Amino acid sequence: MDVLTPRSLDEALRLKAEHPGAVSIQGGTDVMIALNFDQARPELLLNLNEVVELRGWSRENGTLRLGAGLTYADAMADVVADELPALAEASRTVGSPQIRNRGTIGGNLGTASPAGDALPPLLVERAVVEVASTRGARRVPLQEFLVGVKRNALDDDELILSVLVEPSRQSQTFMKVGPRNAMVIAVCSLAVVVDRERGELRAAFGSAAPVARLVTAAIDEAESFPEQVAGAASPIDDVRGTAAYRRHALRVLTARALERCLA
Amino acid sequence: MRVSITVNGEVREAEVWAGESLLTTLRDRLDLPGSKNACEQGECGSCSVLLDDELVCSCLVLAAQADGHEVATVEGLADDGSLHPVQDAFAATGAVQCGFCTPGFVVAAADLLRRVPDPSDDEIREALSGNLCRCTGYQKILDAVHLAVER
Repeated sequence: MDVLTPRSLDEALRLKAEHPGAVSIQGGTDVMIALNFDQARPELLLNLNEVVELRGWSRENGTLRLGAGLTYADAMADVVADELPALAEASRTVGSPQIRNRGTIGGNLGTASPAGDALPPLLVERAVVEVASTRGARRVPLQEFLVGVKRNALDDDELILSVLVEPSRQSQTFMKVGPRNAMVIAVCSLAVVVDRERGELRAAFGSAAPVARLVTAAIDEAESFPEQVAGAASPIDDVRGTAAYRRHALRVLTARALERCLA
Repeated sequence: MRVSITVNGEVREAEVWAGESLLTTLRDRLDLPGSKNACEQGECGSCSVLLDDELVCSCLVLAAQADGHEVATVEGLADDGSLHPVQDAFAATGAVQCGFCTPGFVVAAADLLRRVPDPSDDEIREALSGNLCRCTGYQKILDAVHLAVER
């Protein structure tokens, strides 16, 4: 086992092309657990912490570019929190301060867990994932990027560069069900945007289907929207909750979220 | 592989396994057992340290990621034998029961007071939400942080 630590994006992409089996590690909040518990012994780890191009956020015209290395703590502050309030709310529910200082948006996409807290708020803002390899860069809408339980559309030689969002600046919120206010993997989660500009309701849920899923409806369908969201779920029974509870909770959360956003 | 980490202001070098956590390096190779090893999955906060001035679980940092960076552990809090105000307040209020979680709580509380000198009760609870005390001595721990703020 060895660790590769590229100092630039070019070097990172070259190393990933040479070693497609290398496991990327950014904040380590998923990868380290697998290492600590002997669940993974990759031949190579690709440490992305020193790749400056992946850090922070920037603005390109109307688009916010969230670097793959943007931490949840970063997403809770300043411009990102102002422009993407549901993402900021979701970020604040991730783990603990220690986890939020390390865990990253890019890591959430890389792991592609159905419970990923950043995914619903990014889905309702129609986020696009920017990935790259030495062959070039491409942009994949987030709902196409998430292809299954802990599976994404990334090719072996590709890295996640950023998430691109055009903030709707419309009324939005995030909700999450769990046994306490910290250190919770979502029993189910929900982000909602009431988009008056487009005349659209958008909801996305986590932990209630193999992937975080987006549901849209016309803005005048608010009454039936909770049922539509619950109906779009395909939850399972597991250690955190039952399928029936998750479907019920999504119905209740959607109604509450609409109330909050329409107020 | 070899790493060079500035720990509590001193450059330390160690030969580490590539998949090793910073926590293991601190405890087993650098003779700094103050950071405790309990859950190894970021749930308990017993291994809390500062990495480049940010509170992190050292069990979730790859030792190789700390190479060339600065780490502050609980051992570095006391200044030349005199306790950090948070350590002093923990002793004064009896915020220590079995003591296993204490280093993590002390590091997290000291980090909070460095950033927010006069935190509200809610801010203290949120700042310490990543640290577990199995003796459930939370009230005295909150008392200790309030005392450290007053002092």
